[in-house]
Formats: sequence, structure tokens, C-alpha cells
Amino acid sequence: MIKVSGLTKDYGARRAINNLSFDAQQGEIVGFLGPNGAGKTTTMRILTGYMPPTDGEAIVAGYDVVEESLEVRKRVGYLPESVPLYYDMVVFDYLKYMGELRRIPNVDDRVGEVLEMVGLSSRANGYVGNLSKGMKQRVGLAQALLHRPEVLILDEPTIGLDPGQVVEVRELIREIGKERTVLLSTHLLNEAQNLCDRVLIINKGKIVAEDTTENLQARLLGAERVVVRVRGEADELAATIKSVKGVRKVETLEDGGVEFEFASGKDLRPEVAKQVIKDGYDLLELRPLGMSLEEIFLELTGNEGKK
Amino acid sequence: MKNIWTIAKREYDNYFNGPLAYVVMLAVLLPLGIYFSLILYFNSQQAYLGGAPAPDLSPINGLFAFLMIFLSPAITMRLLSDEARMGTLELLLTAPVRDSELVIGKWLGAMLFVLTLLLITLVYPLVLNNFVDPGIDWLVVTASYIGLILLCATMLALGVGISAIFSNQFAAFFVTLGILFFLYFMIGLPAQLLPQSGEVMNYLSIQNHFDQMNIGTVTLGGVVYYLSLITFGLFLGTTAIEIRRWR
Repeated sequence: MIKVSGLTKDYGARRAINNLSFDAQQGEIVGFLGPNGAGKTTTMRILTGYMPPTDGEAIVAGYDVVEESLEVRKRVGYLPESVPLYYDMVVFDYLKYMGELRRIPNVDDRVGEVLEMVGLSSRANGYVGNLSKGMKQRVGLAQALLHRPEVLILDEPTIGLDPGQVVEVRELIREIGKERTVLLSTHLLNEAQNLCDRVLIINKGKIVAEDTTENLQARLLGAERVVVRVRGEADELAATIKSVKGVRKVETLEDGGVEFEFASGKDLRPEVAKQVIKDGYDLLELRPLGMSLEEIFLELTGNEGKK
Repeated sequence: MKNIWTIAKREYDNYFNGPLAYVVMLAVLLPLGIYFSLILYFNSQQAYLGGAPAPDLSPINGLFAFLMIFLSPAITMRLLSDEARMGTLELLLTAPVRDSELVIGKWLGAMLFVLTLLLITLVYPLVLNNFVDPGIDWLVVTASYIGLILLCATMLALGVGISAIFSNQFAAFFVTLGILFFLYFMIGLPAQLLPQSGEVMNYLSIQNHFDQMNIGTVTLGGVVYYLSLITFGLFLGTTAIEIRRWR
């Protein structure tokens, strides 16, 4: 659905994206993760036919973004980062206008449907300018969904929403992602983690990692860390755990818990559990400590990722 | 074609959403109405004293043309500059709409608004027709309106083109005003100083062709002149949008 190869974009002397290649299949939600200024928006603008690349090629929904820009634009729904809207228009009229530009048949019905989807039916006759930020965001999303696009490109879709709305919008994106291709950018790592099938980490215009969130963790870690807690005093717990073969880096935590590590792919948790119980402890907790995407991200992007 | 119409229709409606349409209408219709009344008043006095030429429409449409030098930049200033400033241009440029359709649609929307104004001014020839005997020359009136429509279309096309260059509507306003002022009043001036260049300079003046049409002479040269400038303005706008894409 999206196939990008060697994409490069220069703004004057500054190279915004550098030789980017990736693809996204139908029914896949791909997350574009990176610090501000990494080139996420630039890439999205190229894929939506807003601006041509300096070099390289991008095929979206089967059409070249430069040669067949209009065909691409017919098939792509786009929510720009700044959520531009006509504040002096009524919500319904605005969506109808965008729908007419996209030649949607029975546009009035479809606008009603989409407003229902984003939960704004009650505000259809209000002015866009009077809506809250979260509602504006949803109007923008409605605009992107109007023409049932094959590919949905969302630049920071949940920014500025309150937590309840974030959950709703993510649910909506997940629903859409079942049948269509969704490419979304975010700098929220947990969002990428719980919404995306696959994550592309981009820094300084280059893809520094590309994988499923699970694989990314495993690959970077090379090992899995687990924390164990038992009831009561557990002075000897560390020794007990150490006695299991294959366990490494055992550490006692301040609260009495014990952390240890084993090589990934060789799950030692059952063995540890058996040993702990056999030694007479009441096992309360045995929990894997996945490396968060935050840590992966900082690892990959170095300190520049922190700004 | 349908996209052009969709954009034009929204732009037309949008004029009436804000104060601009009413301010422009006031700024045109008030002076026009006062001027028209004065003409009728003095003409009837002269006729009473004996021997006055029948009043005709040309001073009224001439005033309309003059007012449009200042009002057409106001009508066009925000058409594309505001889309760029607000970021909504990104929506239009990622919709399946050609850049030229966008620019032509904007221009057509402005044109429809000015045509509405012109439609209202038709009341003057109708009143005048009842006032003079044996009625006014409708062919001259038609020629005058053709001239006025072409002149306004040209001013608006240049305005839309300049609006596409700027992200600030006031910059668009003043640059458009300056260019229209130059084309209307100043480009013909060298004709008086250098008689040998007169014909060229008079041809380039945006005013002269209209003055001819206003008294009933529609020339092919005049029509071609206005159509070329309209094309230039719309082409300028389209190019400016394309350049925005590359930046």
C-alpha cells in the first residue's frame, strides 16, 4: 500500500530526510516515531502529494506520488499536524465542502455518518472556531475519513486530546487499521507501543530501527529481566534464585524484591518459580520487566532524542 | 471543472459570512447612489433652463471602475494568503484538486461577488431609461458593462495571483493596490511625454480600453488585452502555489 524507496528531501542546504525506505501493507498500522524535527512531517507531506521529494520514489495505493499525484490524493486521507480548519465555517458545511472536493456521492449522508463516528453529531451545526481543541482534532480526523481512503496518514493524531478522547481516537484508529493502511506519527512512545503493529524509529531524517514493538525490545535487550517478590523477609531469596541454572545479574531491590535476567528465548520463569516455592517462600509476584520503548528510543537516538 | 465551481461557491458564501461583503457593497453603492442623484439633479435643472445633453451611464460606470482599484485588492487579498497563513492550504493541496483549479475557483468566487454588485448597479440604467426621452442606448450600456466586467475580472485575477505569493493578506493588499494603481494611472503617462511611444503605452494602460468600452466601443485589442492579463494573473497564482509546494 505504501512503498518508499530512497526518499530524500532537502530544504535549501538542510537535508530533512535522507534516503528513507520502508513499506506498509494493507491492514497494518505503522507508527512513525522520532523526536521533533526528525523528518516525520516531511515524509508524510511527500506521501500525501503535498510536496515532491528531492530524490527517491514513493508509491502510495499503487500510484507514484509525483507522477500520479491526483490519483494518490484521491486515495489518501490526511490529518496534518496543525489540524488546519476553516474556523469561520459550520462543522457540517466544512465537511461537506471537503466532501464535494472529493466528489463523494450522497455527501450529506456521509458527513452525518463520519460525524457519528468521531462523536461530533451534536456539534454539527456549530462553528468550527468554537470547538475545543480535542473536538477540532476530531473534525480533522472526520475530514480524513470522509472518502473512505485506502491509506490514512495521521500526523500526531492524539496530541492535545484529553485522556478519555485519546482512548476513543485510538480505538477508532485501531478499527480503521483492520482494513486499511494507517501511517501515524507520534512522539509518544506508549502510543506507538499500544497502537501500532510496527514501528519505524526515525532520527535526523534516517530510519534507525524498524520492527514490531516486541521484536524491538527483544533485539535491543538480548535478555529478559524479571522481578520476583515474596511474602515476608526474603534475605536468602537472592541465593535461591541464583541457584537456578542460567540466571544472571541477580540484584536485591530496596523493597525486598529481587531482579534477575536470563537470555531471551529461554524462559526460566517456571524454574525460578518452582525453586522459590520449594525453598518455602510464598510467591507473590513474578513479573517480566520489558524494556520500555522510551529506553529503546534513547538508546537508538542517543542524547539528541531527549530534547 | 466541478472543483472550480465547488471552490468558487464556498468563496462566494464566505464573503457574506464576514463583514467584508457588506463593507465593500457600502463603499461602492453609497458613492454611486449619491453621484447618480447629483447627476440627475443637475441635469434636470439644466434641462429646465433649456438645452442639456441627455445624461448617460458612463460617469457612473467610470466611478465604479475607479472604486474597484481600491476595493478589488480588498476582495482578493485573503483568498490564498489566508489559506497559507492558516495552514488550510495543506488541506487543499492534498485534496484531489489541481493547483490551477484552486486558483481559478478562488478567482471565480471573487468574480461572482463582483457580478452581484454589478447586478445591483443595473438599477441605474433602468432609472435613467425612464428619465430621458427617447430612452438610453442599450447597446452602449451593454458595451460599458462588458468593459466593466473585463476590467474587474482583470483586477481580481491579478489580485488572486498576488494573494498566492504572500502569506500576509495586508502585504497582498498593498502590492495589488500598487500594481493596479500603476496600471490604471501611471503606465499611460509616458504617452504624453514621448508621443512616439504613445500607442504602446496607451495599449498597456488598464484604463484606456475600459474608457473606450464605456462610451460604446468594444475593440478586439481591448478584449485581448484584458483576457491576456486575466490569464497572466491566474498563471502567476498557479505558479506561486507550485513554488510553495517545492519549498
